[in-house]
Amino acid sequence: MAIFLNKDSKVIVQGMTGATGMKHTKLMLGDGTNIVGGVNPRKAGTVVDFDGTEVPVFGTVAEAMKETGANVSVLFVPPAFAKAAVVEAIDAEIPLAVVITEGIAVHDSAAFYAYAVEKGNKTRLIGPNCPGLITPGQSNAGIIPGDITKPGRIGLVSKSGTLTYQMMYELRDIGFSSAVGIGGDPVIGTTHIDALAAFEADPETDLIVMIGEIGGDAEERAADFIKANVTKPVVGYVAGFTAPEGKTMGHAGAIVSGSSGTAQAKKEALEAAGVKVGKTPTETAKLARAILAG
Amino acid sequence: MDLFEYQARDLFAKHGVPVLAGEVIDTPEAAREATERLGGKSVVKAQVKVGGRGKAGGVKLAATPDEAVARATDILGMDIKGHTVHKVMIAELSPEIEAEYYVSYLLDRTNRTFLAMASVQGGMDIEEVAEKTPEALAKVPVNANDGVTLEKAREIVAQAKFPAEVAEGVAEVLVTLWDTFVAEDALLVEVNPLVKTKDGRILALDGKVSLDENADFRQPEHEALEDKAAANPLEAAAKAKGLNYVKLDGEVGIIGNGAGLVMSTLDVVAYAGENHGGVKPANFLDIGGGASAEVMANGLEIILGDADVKSVFVNVFGGITACDEVANGIVQALELLASKGEEVTKPLVVRLDGNNAELGRKILSDANHPLVQRVDTMDGAADKAAELAAAK
Repeated sequence: MAIFLNKDSKVIVQGMTGATGMKHTKLMLGDGTNIVGGVNPRKAGTVVDFDGTEVPVFGTVAEAMKETGANVSVLFVPPAFAKAAVVEAIDAEIPLAVVITEGIAVHDSAAFYAYAVEKGNKTRLIGPNCPGLITPGQSNAGIIPGDITKPGRIGLVSKSGTLTYQMMYELRDIGFSSAVGIGGDPVIGTTHIDALAAFEADPETDLIVMIGEIGGDAEERAADFIKANVTKPVVGYVAGFTAPEGKTMGHAGAIVSGSSGTAQAKKEALEAAGVKVGKTPTETAKLARAILAG
Repeated sequence: MDLFEYQARDLFAKHGVPVLAGEVIDTPEAAREATERLGGKSVVKAQVKVGGRGKAGGVKLAATPDEAVARATDILGMDIKGHTVHKVMIAELSPEIEAEYYVSYLLDRTNRTFLAMASVQGGMDIEEVAEKTPEALAKVPVNANDGVTLEKAREIVAQAKFPAEVAEGVAEVLVTLWDTFVAEDALLVEVNPLVKTKDGRILALDGKVSLDENADFRQPEHEALEDKAAANPLEAAAKAKGLNYVKLDGEVGIIGNGAGLVMSTLDVVAYAGENHGGVKPANFLDIGGGASAEVMANGLEIILGDADVKSVFVNVFGGITACDEVANGIVQALELLASKGEEVTKPLVVRLDGNNAELGRKILSDANHPLVQRVDTMDGAADKAAELAAAK
């Protein structure tokens, strides 16, 4: 099962022929991802060879879908062109678009998110500014290292890429059903709540680890959702307790403004919803371990 | 990036938001000519990126050019809530004011849309209005693709219950303010107060603008708006090297890869510091994926150049990047600094985990640098770094 992505996913890569796209397409193929095409209007009709795997390049997302039955697109398109690429994916009604690109202007991400909603949410957006998602042993759509861990029964959703890796590493012996990096930008497609709902419904997930960070109120809203809708155990971690007010901590969305968006408020909200919250990533992993051990 | 009032005024003027004349100066003497150009009277306004300057004495009327010089002398150099005044705006005197309003556009993260906010209770702190009389603050979602047309602006004006005689004028301002918001890739545009004058005009008397730095690639003019003088010298040096660095007030220098992991590292070090005399992280520094020797050297150079730093914690999780490459980066960075004649005297605690961690750790052990210590868990390494900082 797993969420959003499995062995049957047919993946195309927008921006495959750029340096980053080439590097990660090769890695994704190495993790067993079924990559059926790349998209680049200027290189349509050509074929790229990745160590013996030939991947055709199409002119548009729609054409790639028609020819290959692709249902997932991973985007490595530079910030200046990202909005047009996401809009193209939405117009083609691809079910899942994973936007890896970092540094997209908020006016662009707000525009393509609004466009996806207007088009009836036929395309689930993940990101932008995210590491993508992985279903270990089945498929990898993004830049999460495929060899950290194995298939298992923990579901992970995180705003941060490296904390995703850290947590997968801490719990590598247990393994993961799916791990989803939703990104640290102010406007993101898939939220903690979307992933929590999907993990709750996934029979192959026993426990959910949720990683948040300062800024916005997504964790607080996730806490409300957990209280009302999630029966599986949830373990949480929030980064940024010591972040000063008014300073952006790396992620465009990670900023404490006034009394809102603090790590303490998020931790308290999660704990009030019955989520066990770790003080450090290692302690969080221990909490998860203890719950699974019964 | 938050702008000064005079910069916001200039952007408003550029996009047709009605503002009064004004120019920025940084010497008292310049206040004279500026006031003469305005017909002999002016308002001298401190330029600081913090609210409450009026109450602090940072806004004064000048009835003559000489008085403007005197007021500018008083205000320049003044401290307002920890912000030193380096510039003042010499602004045109407002015609008599009949009413003060509030209007703004910003991002509503929760609903992932833009939001128009408007109130007929302007002139005061809008957070106070939101708290005490929330019904007096209209919040109207604005779809990024539809924008604010005159029709949409009328909807906002109606929801905020503006009086009929100003409704159309305010709606027109809302359209030009939206143009400013979009054309400048702003995260916030706020006019407070927007005033109705006795002679029937609608004017933006004061404003705030915050710009999205992710849009710099298509906003070449924004670089000039940066307040380079106010930036922390270490932050400025880091920015020049393309590093994502924020100066904090502790003693343990931090280098890590990935914003989330670095934020987490700051927390773990602060917790560890509780057992070691209260030492704290000295900075946030995310060297991102890749972490080449050059990037590592640049990062180390910034951190070691911070006089507050007593020890350094390098916390790297090898994802796509292998830890052996990171370890080589650290070793080469130390060599690079040595070859530049920059002696490294502060202890480094390095924690490597993830992809090729064993190889990476071996490289550090083999290099056997006297100041580099390896600790293989994040919590353990944080504790060691805090201990070393406290011992100095």
